[in-house]
Amino acid sequence: MGQTVLEMTGIKKSFSGFYALDGIDFSLELGEVHALLGENGAGKSTLIKVLGGIYQPDCGTIRIEGREVKVRNVTEARGNGIGIIHQEIVLVPYLTVAQNLFLGREIIKHGTVDMAETNRRATEMIASLGVNIRADAMVEDLTIAQQQMVEIVKAVSFDGRIIVMDEPTSSLSNEEVEQLFEIIARLKEKKVSIIYISHRMEELFCISDRVTVIRDGAYVGTRKTSETNANELVAMMVGRDLESFYARDFKDLSEAETAMEVKDLTCEGTFEHISFCVRKGEILGFAGLVGAGRSEIMESIFGARPYQSGEVVLNGKKVSFENPMQAIKAGIALVPEDRKKQGLVLGNSVAFNLTLASLRFYMNGIAISEKKKKTVIDSYFEKLRIKAASSEIEAGSLSGGNQQKVVLGKWLATKPDVLILDEPTRGVDVNAKFELYSVINELAKEGIAIIMVSSELPEIINMCDNVCVVREGRLTGFLSKDELSQEEIMKYAAGGVEA
Amino acid sequence: MNQKNSKAVGTANPFVAVFKNNIGILGVLVIICAVVTFSTDKFLTASNIISVLRQISINTYIALGMTLIIILGHIDLSVGAIVAMSGTLTVGFIVNQGMPMGVAIVGGLVLGVLAGFIDGFIVSTFRVPAFIITMAMMNICNGIAYVYTGGQSTRINDDFFAAIGMGYLFNVIPLPVVYMVILILLISFVLGRTKFGTYVYAIGGNREAARLSGVPIKKIEIIVFTLCGLLSAFAGLVLCSRMYSGQPSVGDGYELDAIAACVLGGTSMSGGKGRISGTVIGAMVIGVISNGLNLIGVSSYWQSIVKGLIIACAVLLDSQKDRLALLKKKR
Repeated sequence: MGQTVLEMTGIKKSFSGFYALDGIDFSLELGEVHALLGENGAGKSTLIKVLGGIYQPDCGTIRIEGREVKVRNVTEARGNGIGIIHQEIVLVPYLTVAQNLFLGREIIKHGTVDMAETNRRATEMIASLGVNIRADAMVEDLTIAQQQMVEIVKAVSFDGRIIVMDEPTSSLSNEEVEQLFEIIARLKEKKVSIIYISHRMEELFCISDRVTVIRDGAYVGTRKTSETNANELVAMMVGRDLESFYARDFKDLSEAETAMEVKDLTCEGTFEHISFCVRKGEILGFAGLVGAGRSEIMESIFGARPYQSGEVVLNGKKVSFENPMQAIKAGIALVPEDRKKQGLVLGNSVAFNLTLASLRFYMNGIAISEKKKKTVIDSYFEKLRIKAASSEIEAGSLSGGNQQKVVLGKWLATKPDVLILDEPTRGVDVNAKFELYSVINELAKEGIAIIMVSSELPEIINMCDNVCVVREGRLTGFLSKDELSQEEIMKYAAGGVEA
Repeated sequence: MNQKNSKAVGTANPFVAVFKNNIGILGVLVIICAVVTFSTDKFLTASNIISVLRQISINTYIALGMTLIIILGHIDLSVGAIVAMSGTLTVGFIVNQGMPMGVAIVGGLVLGVLAGFIDGFIVSTFRVPAFIITMAMMNICNGIAYVYTGGQSTRINDDFFAAIGMGYLFNVIPLPVVYMVILILLISFVLGRTKFGTYVYAIGGNREAARLSGVPIKKIEIIVFTLCGLLSAFAGLVLCSRMYSGQPSVGDGYELDAIAACVLGGTSMSGGKGRISGTVIGAMVIGVISNGLNLIGVSSYWQSIVKGLIIACAVLLDSQKDRLALLKKKR
């Protein structure tokens, strides 16, 4: 190694006066996997879009194999050997794999598409990466992971020597991640260089050679993966020491009352024999891989998804909810994982969203009292430090962090005893994260029992009193504060240890 | 600080709010009125204005229900057929079956409620597109009206029945206009000030978020479709009373006029957005166009074309409003 394939220096990019990238340096060596790490809003995607020709940088240079290039559009990026695999799959679902691979460069014979030749060449391309997918399969019939592999094959087939993977594992199961890693290894053998974007620390340590961290559009540093550790990288990402970032005042919970107990909850095929209890003032973490069934468990407790057996005991009373309305009245709140799809009515105002789940508190006979609503809206604006011009602007126009605060506020307004947070900081920038953590800490101090489902191990480790680990719909581990570490959690989450 | 905030909520003056929210379509209404006024001096007379209001009242009843349905993110194509079914059967119940008038009227309204309820029940329970199921209901209700009457018009000579649609309040204001005002106030209150109304917006804006927020989606959807059926049946009753007869073709095209009124008034076809005030003004625009073209003496065949063009232009203008506002901001 040692030969530099790509060198980006002093890249700046501003949007209406605000610098999304403020002088980033990045270099990539031949055949290396270089991880690009940063919180949401740090500028990872912007940097990649500059490389892919979607954005033009304000200044800075891009050198590929030593020669300076200008990448003005996607075709030029391809011409320079750059292939980008976006988070969202961009294949046509109702065409075959082969048709997708040759989309826009069809093999023509006698004025029509030569399907036999297309399939033959596609099969070759797929086989060369050791992928097991039929060239004549319909893309819609493939799993997400397989579709992603098709994307990779496609990127390489354009003579891609620099492949960028943007959060490639975000929707993959454990096995699929393994497959992806095998392909990455094969690409390395072929001297393809890879920029790997992910915020999953454990993956980076698995496959990357070097890690570059960026924060708020600025370059923070580059480390050899073998010479760093997760704590150092997280501290680089958030720009403060971890103690003050995850502001949690732990206290002794041995005297605390049980708020909710779940016994043997089962929904066949999704999760089985789930039992745990959460006390007042406790933050109980739920760790595990995506698709392990954590969100489904929470939705079942909340009455948003049916389950077959088991029971939920809330404040000493056995309860069973047929719909979320009953759960809300009983004192459970669920901040769902996808705030845009499940959390907010984006086209309506912040005020509308903040009060939607708690309208029953503001009634004056059959009419809603604007005055009562206003009091609540104002108090949550202040308490959660929501940054918006007014409560009447559309929720969809707020930043991710402020949207998340609105969702949280909506649920706090229902005055819950048990607050379930599903991925509370997903897609939120560092500062908003910091504020959300301090709010969550306050809530725990007030005695609310909090369940926090999260895929971000640092926040699980630093915020939670106890952690349940879920794998394939079963509880595989229960760890208390002093047993918590990334390795320990992953051991239970990824298998290898039987509970 | 607090006072300043409460003003921003817009509770200050409902008339100002109506004006501000509907500035686009109000502009269209003013322009059309101006054009008609210049073309004929028969337009701007008290008797003509009252007659325009009476003409739009039937469409407005239906459009009020349709607004709720469209905000929910659905559509109801069966309203015109419900108008015909309920209207002709009510008249038929009195004339052919000899039922007491009160019973016949209630019977007609119940038919509309039933049709709406079935629409709503199927849409919310089986998640079938409302477009399809209400289209089926349209055929069924139309069919019932034709089967019952054998395609013939049924005449009714009853002063009290005629008074429902032809009577006046204080000898000046036609009763249909009185009903219209009452219904507008009622539905505005329900949509703007109650939990039910808030939930209608929430379901149309983001169904999943509404569900997780404890909104009883199925119940709300059934109520809205049922309400729309009731309003359509009521429209049928008033319409037949005004015509002294029950004709099975009486409701033709009413669904499209109602949808046009909603869309002109800024109700989003994708759900979640819409205002009663907008719909009412939209219905006025349609009413003034028809009335104006009649006064000017445009043949009814041409009227259809002109009406279509004006509606298309108005909607196009309205859809570009956001873009225009954005352009201004950029500058």
